[in-house]
Amino acid sequence: MSEREGKIAVVGDKDSVLVFRALGLDVFPVDDEEQARQTVHALARTHAVIFVTEQVAIWADMYLKRYKSRPYPVVVPIPSAGESMGLGAAGIKSNIEKAIGADILFGKEDK
Amino acid sequence: MAKLNVNPTRMELRRLKERLKTAVRGHKLLKDKADEMVRRFMLVIKENKRLREEVEEELQTALRAFMLARAVASDDAIEEAVAMTGTGVELKVGASSIMSVDVPVFDIVEQEGGELYPYSFASVPSELDGSISSLARLLPKLLKLAEVEKTCNILADEIEKNRRRVNALEYVMIPQLEETIKYITMKLDENERGATTRLMKVKSMLEEKNDSDGEH
Repeated sequence: MSEREGKIAVVGDKDSVLVFRALGLDVFPVDDEEQARQTVHALARTHAVIFVTEQVAIWADMYLKRYKSRPYPVVVPIPSAGESMGLGAAGIKSNIEKAIGADILFGKEDK
Repeated sequence: MAKLNVNPTRMELRRLKERLKTAVRGHKLLKDKADEMVRRFMLVIKENKRLREEVEEELQTALRAFMLARAVASDDAIEEAVAMTGTGVELKVGASSIMSVDVPVFDIVEQEGGELYPYSFASVPSELDGSISSLARLLPKLLKLAEVEKTCNILADEIEKNRRRVNALEYVMIPQLEETIKYITMKLDENERGATTRLMKVKSMLEEKNDSDGEH
């Protein structure tokens, strides 16, 4: 953990992530699956927090699963400028089901 | 449940009893740990859900504004505007422990004297200003979300692992030990009974022999 200085990276399509550059975050626009995977994989070693758009999260799912149970890096899916795919909510749901065995927070919305 | 493959000796019995004691104690401790972890998890996951909903909504508004800005102004102008970063965010990362599970903790160190809008207001549409300022306000929340979501991930993982341990102890290890202890006790008792019967038999045989010797 010591070599990480808490840098924040944002990975996603250009439309959605460019604006983060104005806040001083490291922005990495990606266009295809291969690029997304490589970028996320490389960033995992240098950055503490990686925000990825939902599309990138789906593309790089293989790596994200691996990082899930480690403290760092923290990978957070965020919605892109378009419609949200509900990936974040799905993540919460799967966590609840994993820990409790049944979904108790989202139960009402499904009905 | 199958018993363990051990020799039915007193030494083995003593060893197994000790192991059973440890297993039962471990089982109780792990069960308590599971309860507490689930309690903590419920607290965190509720916050996670709330934060996630808030952030997604606000983020989408901000990003839509940015898209509008891009539509109005030329690509070059926007890229030029955001390329020069006036402000920066530094993060101190640490780790805290929930039930001896390491979870990340962030400390945001904001750099002083930064300029949030390091571009000429004339060259870009006002939507960009709005987008940037709302994102800047959103950033601490985003990081909080990152922290909370990671905590949930790790806790959920740990709870699942812990549950496996508890189940392995409860349904495999402890019944196995109990069964084996029972088996050894029975075997030892049986041996003892066998020895007593043998002694009695020998004694009665000896007495019979003495009796018949005395008659002659």
